[in-house]
Amino acid sequence: MSASADPILNVEHLSMHFGGLIAVDDLSFAAQRGHITALIGPNGAGKTTVFNCITGFYHPSVGMIRLAHADGTTYLLERLLDFRIAKLARVARTFQNIRLFAGMTVLENLLVAQHNPLMRASGLTVLGLLGLSVYRHAESAAIDKAKFWLDRVGLIRRADDPAGDLPYGEQRRVEIARAMCTDPVLLCLDEPAAGLNPRESAELNELLLGMRAEHKTSILLIEHDMSVVMGISDRVVVLDYGVKIFDGTAADVRNDPKVIAAYLGVEDEEVEQVEAEVGL
Amino acid sequence: MSQALEIPSRPAIDLFGALKSGALAAIVAFGLFSLLIGVRTDQGPTGALQIEPRLIALGVICAVAFVGGFARALLAGERLDFASYVPEQIKVAAAQVGRYFGLALLAFALIEPVIFYNNRYILDLGILVLTYVMLGWGLNIVVGLAGLLDLGYVAFYAVGAYSYALLATSFGWSFWICLPIAGFLAACWGVMLGFPVLRLRGDYLAIVTLAFGEIIRLVLLNWQSLTGGPNGVSGIPRPSFFGIPFADEENGFAATFGLEYSPTHRVVFLYYLILALALVTNWVTLRLRRLPIGRAWEALREDEIACRSLGINTTTTKLTAFAMGAMFGGIAGSFFATRQGFISPESFTFSESALVLAIVVLGGMGSQLGVAVAAFAMLGAFELFREFSQYRMLVFGLAMVLIMIWRPRGLVATRTPSVFLGKFKEVPAEAVAEARQ
Repeated sequence: MSASADPILNVEHLSMHFGGLIAVDDLSFAAQRGHITALIGPNGAGKTTVFNCITGFYHPSVGMIRLAHADGTTYLLERLLDFRIAKLARVARTFQNIRLFAGMTVLENLLVAQHNPLMRASGLTVLGLLGLSVYRHAESAAIDKAKFWLDRVGLIRRADDPAGDLPYGEQRRVEIARAMCTDPVLLCLDEPAAGLNPRESAELNELLLGMRAEHKTSILLIEHDMSVVMGISDRVVVLDYGVKIFDGTAADVRNDPKVIAAYLGVEDEEVEQVEAEVGL
Repeated sequence: MSQALEIPSRPAIDLFGALKSGALAAIVAFGLFSLLIGVRTDQGPTGALQIEPRLIALGVICAVAFVGGFARALLAGERLDFASYVPEQIKVAAAQVGRYFGLALLAFALIEPVIFYNNRYILDLGILVLTYVMLGWGLNIVVGLAGLLDLGYVAFYAVGAYSYALLATSFGWSFWICLPIAGFLAACWGVMLGFPVLRLRGDYLAIVTLAFGEIIRLVLLNWQSLTGGPNGVSGIPRPSFFGIPFADEENGFAATFGLEYSPTHRVVFLYYLILALALVTNWVTLRLRRLPIGRAWEALREDEIACRSLGINTTTTKLTAFAMGAMFGGIAGSFFATRQGFISPESFTFSESALVLAIVVLGGMGSQLGVAVAAFAMLGAFELFREFSQYRMLVFGLAMVLIMIWRPRGLVATRTPSVFLGKFKEVPAEAVAEARQ
């Protein structure tokens, strides 16, 4: 992970204040293109807040978030509206508490994700209303793409079922498939392994590694499940109380004293020493 | 799921509990009605007011409440599964009929003027029902598909009606020119309403739309110089058969087609006109549901945040839903104006909005067939009870309560997916998000 690598996402001096509460404090990190970057930390460390800033659901109080496409186009995400981040900058995300369109079928969920290309093909609805073949071709291509991703996450047999009827683990996979249907350059996954059993977590690892290898998707990941974090992350960023306390490889993170202190606490006599080191 | 859990824990019939609940119901009824029904003020022989107790009426009410509470407690948990008593063959047959019910209804709507050609009352009722079917279908886009609770839909109906009335009376423009203009103007008002309420949902949205409906009505009432205020607009041109007037004259409709003049021609024409307009509304809605915009509307109803995370511009999506619904409301309004020949703000009160919304909710939000059936049932019932005008609202309210208990998601509660990979399957009602959240 040398500095000469090609970062897809650069977060610089990001701070997010809610009234007097500082959820994220002067956070800077970079995610490399084609890598899986994990963002970990104890509960309430500000991980999801960082995600919400990146995907435009929050407007950061201070800081800059720069996304660079492979062709050199850069987007300053803190200046874009949420839906434009997904549409133009092509950042897709999933949610900690799954947000599927529960009453619509799995296939419809994946078609909604392809809204913008389909909208163009339907001539902003006008051509589609007239039933022109342009739109029909676009729709069957969209269905093919949805089928591809459903096949990929192993849910093709559930395509016509309401998404809300699926078991939890399958809903998580549908959400990832739905996010991938937007052709993202950066995929932000908020606790994708939460509530999954060990076998499902292992399958998730396979899926994410496969996505990185075949589709060149860069992945930013919030996760508590260490089997996922350690198994697939190229780089780990650790947050505690909104402050970055570690940034390095997965191998190094388990031996870092600050990270251990953040997760497990320290002996009473060491508190002052550790706090001084961390800078609290 | 919860049913399966409840069954084993259900005890044997609890007679004492049922008696207790019956007694409780009777006490509540006594408290409620002891003054409302139990006593009556009347003029005495000297002209002074005197109180006349009506103990028998009160007793009957309390007894009814007791029996009701008793029966409810006895049957509580015992889900009356009428479906299990119906033989399988009949169920299959009913499903077959159900599949063609929409077509049968359409066929009936097409031949109705032929069957009832001599019955002016039925024809007028048919026109009224179809007007509400069209309004219901238009509102269904906003409430049923996009999940935006709109209590001021009548505003667009009014905008359409006044647009046609004023354009036709001031400039003498023909119905067929005014119709799209009225639709367009109503759609503009839909967007205008949409902007301030973009961030609102559920109850808050309902309140603002309700106010919007009232504002439009009050403007129509008070802008004397333009709308004529409470006097309304009269002398609105009646529709012609594409330029040929329905009149007893040489170049009238009857003479042109070699028929004997009859005022029914115009009524039948109006009937087919509103039928065509309603069917166009239906066709467009069904078509839009399969297009990305329609799927975005439904996705918006299910989860707005997820929509934004997928790059859907929720602002334009909401505004198009409002505009689309308003446009059909406006077109229905123009039809109303040309049919009546006279409009005034009185025709556009909140109760109209409530009626159209009731049709949509009763029909099953999002279901086209359900809305049509509900409009038919609702207005049909209104007419049936016309003679008991005093009890009409009472019966209406009771019917609504009962229907909401039995079919809380409306008559047709299943949702048909817009696209299939394999076999046709419907989404059960429990899965679909409701409009109010």
